[in-house]
Amino acid sequence: MAWQRRILRVDLDAGTCTEEPLNMEWAMQYIGQRGLATKYLVEEIDPKVDALSPGNKLIMATGPLTGTMASTGGRYSVITKSPLTGAVACSNSGGFIGAEIKHAGWDMIIFEGRAPKPVYLYLENDHAELVPADDVWGKSVWETDEILHAKYQDPLIRIACVGRAAEQGCLYSAIVNDLHRAAGRSGVGTVMASKQLKAVVVRGTKGVSGVRDAKAFFKATSEGKRTLAENAVTGEGLPKMGTQVLMNVINEVGAMPTRNMREVQFEGASKISAEAMHEPRESDGKPNLVTNGACFGCTIACGRISTIDPQHYTVQDKPEYKHASGGLEYEAAWALGSDTGVDDLDALTYANFLCNEDGMDPISFGATVAAAMELYDIGAITTEHTGGLEMKFGSAEALTRAAELVATGEGFGRDLALGSKRLCEKYGHPDLSMTVKGQEFPAYDPRGIQGMGLAYATSNRGACHLRGYTVSSEIMGVPVKTDPLTTDGKAELVKAFQDATAAVDSTGLCVFTTFAWTLEDIAPQVDAACEGGWSPETMLAAGERIWNLERKFNLDAGLTKADDNLPKRLLKDAAKTGPAKGMVNNLDVMLPEYYQLRGWNTDGVPTPETLARLGL
Amino acid sequence: MQHVVIGAGPSGLVAAETLRKLQPDAGITLIGDEPEPPYSRMAIPYYLIKQIEESGTFLRKTANHYDSLRIALKQGRVASVDRAAHRVALADGSTLGYDKLLIATGSRPVPPPIPGMDLDGVTSCWTLADARRIAATARPGARVVLMGAGFIGCIILEALARSGAELTVVEMGDRMVPRMMNDIAGGMIKDWCESRGVKVHTSMRVTAIEKQGDTLRVSLENGDVVDADLVVSATGVRPNIEFIADSGIETDHGVLVDRQMRTNDLDIYAAGDVAQGIDFSTGEYSVQAIQPTAVDHGQLAARNMAGLSGARHRGSVNMNVLDTLGLISSSFGLWMGDEGGESAELLNRERYRYLNLQFADDVLVGATSLGLTEHVGVLRGLIQTRTRLGVWKERLVKDPTRLMEAYLASTQALGFNAAVMA
Amino acid sequence: MMLKALQLEPEKCTGCLQCEMACSYEQEGLFNPSKSRIKVFTFHDEGRFAPYTCSQCAEAWCMHACPVEAIVINEATGAKEVLEDVCVGCKVCTIACPFGTVNYNADTGKVIKCDLCGGEPACAEACPTEAITYVDAEHTGLERMRAHAAQTIPAN
Repeated sequence: MAWQRRILRVDLDAGTCTEEPLNMEWAMQYIGQRGLATKYLVEEIDPKVDALSPGNKLIMATGPLTGTMASTGGRYSVITKSPLTGAVACSNSGGFIGAEIKHAGWDMIIFEGRAPKPVYLYLENDHAELVPADDVWGKSVWETDEILHAKYQDPLIRIACVGRAAEQGCLYSAIVNDLHRAAGRSGVGTVMASKQLKAVVVRGTKGVSGVRDAKAFFKATSEGKRTLAENAVTGEGLPKMGTQVLMNVINEVGAMPTRNMREVQFEGASKISAEAMHEPRESDGKPNLVTNGACFGCTIACGRISTIDPQHYTVQDKPEYKHASGGLEYEAAWALGSDTGVDDLDALTYANFLCNEDGMDPISFGATVAAAMELYDIGAITTEHTGGLEMKFGSAEALTRAAELVATGEGFGRDLALGSKRLCEKYGHPDLSMTVKGQEFPAYDPRGIQGMGLAYATSNRGACHLRGYTVSSEIMGVPVKTDPLTTDGKAELVKAFQDATAAVDSTGLCVFTTFAWTLEDIAPQVDAACEGGWSPETMLAAGERIWNLERKFNLDAGLTKADDNLPKRLLKDAAKTGPAKGMVNNLDVMLPEYYQLRGWNTDGVPTPETLARLGL
Repeated sequence: MQHVVIGAGPSGLVAAETLRKLQPDAGITLIGDEPEPPYSRMAIPYYLIKQIEESGTFLRKTANHYDSLRIALKQGRVASVDRAAHRVALADGSTLGYDKLLIATGSRPVPPPIPGMDLDGVTSCWTLADARRIAATARPGARVVLMGAGFIGCIILEALARSGAELTVVEMGDRMVPRMMNDIAGGMIKDWCESRGVKVHTSMRVTAIEKQGDTLRVSLENGDVVDADLVVSATGVRPNIEFIADSGIETDHGVLVDRQMRTNDLDIYAAGDVAQGIDFSTGEYSVQAIQPTAVDHGQLAARNMAGLSGARHRGSVNMNVLDTLGLISSSFGLWMGDEGGESAELLNRERYRYLNLQFADDVLVGATSLGLTEHVGVLRGLIQTRTRLGVWKERLVKDPTRLMEAYLASTQALGFNAAVMA
Repeated sequence: MMLKALQLEPEKCTGCLQCEMACSYEQEGLFNPSKSRIKVFTFHDEGRFAPYTCSQCAEAWCMHACPVEAIVINEATGAKEVLEDVCVGCKVCTIACPFGTVNYNADTGKVIKCDLCGGEPACAEACPTEAITYVDAEHTGLERMRAHAAQTIPAN
């Protein structure tokens, strides 16, 4: 079976690591990874617990296809309660550590309590131990990676860790693995650091011993790979241009949030686009982009590997940033660029490197800088607050200096580390925070893409594009084209995307496969890998179950219908340019329909019938 | 053309086979002094732990291998060489003529000069006959004293410990495998063995062995006495050159050869553990006594015996790999370092990981590793090709674990590696 | 007969490790890169990936160094194959191979190396970018690799 059927439970208070069997009954209902770990979290913690207290737990979970030959089958997720949103957090990451955990013989690691002193987990197959982290606490992700690799003398150990930002309490800290992949959103890294857990170091040489039906598995995965290769997005667009292929597209359709979402089109978009990353620069004739790179098992290979212009001001006297590393993905390019009004590609690359180096979510970081820039613009923040830094829209220096300050927790960086919501509240303008449930928006303005407004408002982890990516339908026409400027049918579309995505996020696969795959392609792969009798229908049902379980957790945590909302700006201030000119997001039209479709009452609470239908 | 090869170990056998390939019509005789078909001493430990049958130690497995190659196997001990007559005399009085002669007689253990070495229950571990004796005694729980923790001692150690014997090792050097490992690596191997229940004494000699009833009493120089059911001696070996003492063939520690593996007699060659061949790293002529060198020598000697011009020895890299109770170690070339050269070192005692690289300028000249099993051969590759590491040398000094990156980037081992090398 | 060989083109590799999984599944029946006979090396700072495995070199260092004839040539493919039931696990081949492509497998106590899967290499089949292809040996640029190997030959 593709399952190892084993969980590692790490009690940080007691310093113990114990093995327990995976609850296979739950696995049949929640697939794995996101769904299954959420079930464990819901069962094991008080939803009202302070996210940064020892009572919260942090789960690293793989899916049934993680570590197998299924294309993109290397994902893992971090599930915990978010300190940023107070809601359930579930951050998904690629790279190689997910497969490594699986290959070490584990499906999931549950961390509980709080270590009396900083530690890291060393996991080599059956051997698990908590090791004092004196040598890496206070170090960046990159330094930690280097120190631990040298210590274990094994280039193949995989490391997930938090940087200095998390140690300093930055509320949107990521857990970075393999140097530049991240469980990025909702402050999962902040929770990890609050437990005095610096890193998870894994070496797995046991592998995944077989699948339920090998013949069916190879048939389904091979067909799946062929479909990915033949699809224009996954076979050509993503490997060549990366997610950055979207920069010019989204700008064209007038859904490019710009300058803290004051505008919906960015005049500098082409300078920070995928196309720009391919352009040879003047100084050394080399383009920003070095190559594309794949996560474990991925036949798409959308990852960007980039270098900063060696002549750029950010890297003068800093040789440590002159090598190649994980480069700009669309979300980072947007948040660090368009949202702050900065069109300097190298400044963005540098800020992105810093986000990787010290574990900050570049979306939340960029959006928080954008909010600070607007506060500065209206005079609510001055250089007195910023320590002299002129937080002007469009200032590359402000952006890159802000990244350095948040990374190290210095000066104004401490304010920026609060995230947009708390920053705007602190300086008296809560309406200027472009967040839902306290989490910053991603790169699609819901005035230009109506469905995304509903997706953001109802996302269980706060504003997020990856909980229901209706952009796929509204802009790219996958699986069917819908009009981005209308609200018709969007409630149904959002629900369908949310449920399907919840299922995909629970398999070990990457959601990017869904540009080419539907559950018709995915279910046969999951079914061949493990028990459960998975079909597109049962997977979708599991997705809906997962969605409602997350919803229930959030309600129990104290969130209400009032939190299913968008910032006033998006509901009142019309788009000034582009195809959506004159439009706001019509959430009020879509939300009641959505509740009804979900089988929730008018307060957004699942009815007893719905809960019963889903076996909750 | 008649070729006679004395010694049926790997070197002699490879020479005989190479000769056959090069000279289909030549007569080839391979003389060995043990009753079994040519076998590998390297495999004896695995026979000791019953992982393989006796036949598993045989150098060649096909039933009619020697017949089909028309290699005449002859059992006997060569007593002398008559260079003028081009004949060798065997101990049984018979003689054999040759046009070209290869001496590949290997070496034999040298018992330490202490009383009691001739007692029943005291043995070396060199031949299959020795191995049978040891296997019969070294049962689980048997008390065994192993004298010598050099390379050979350590190979036997592994087998003895795994057969369940209660093992005490006595090494007179200040560490285990002193001629293959530096003090850090040797010390770690000792710690490892002791943590797995083997008693190890270093800087210690056995002064005498006595028998009391069935028990062997092994006296150590510190006054301790260790009781044993079996004493295995692995204190060193010496090339088998006595039989040519009066022949006029020049010897030093072993038989002296030139770069064509030829002795001072134009028709007599030497190869393997008996030959003092050229060492790649030092440029000096020395006895290496390792399997890959024996094979190098055998092939080279055969090519020259067959008259191939220009088959000259560039030197063999001294190297060893050892498995002591699951801890795998290896060393290569100038593992002890080159004068004035830089080195890189990574040490993790807790995890028994160690990597030590020795450079001369930007060329790798030696290496020691503990716990490394992946791609370890590139250490040999880099040393023997004298690859200039360029920028990768500094990167290795900073982080020796980037060895494979350095290797791939610095060599042309990949067909289209230009992009990576930039 | 024209032998075929694995052609490795690092500039096409994305580092996805599909080859390692295909190899380990073909050879060991499970997905386990640590048991793969082909390995992808990542040059992080340079942004490069390099697949790497045995070239089935003519010199066959591993085969000649083996004391018990556990490595033999498959005449059909030219591959040097490890006979697992004969290998005693002495590891001499692992230090003898100057390419570092014979590795010791502590789980089995034997060595492992690429055997071209008997003529249908699973890695080439699995590679999504054609960084690994199985082509006529003369076209692989193996010559450069062999030239490198030749430097290791103890005689010239």
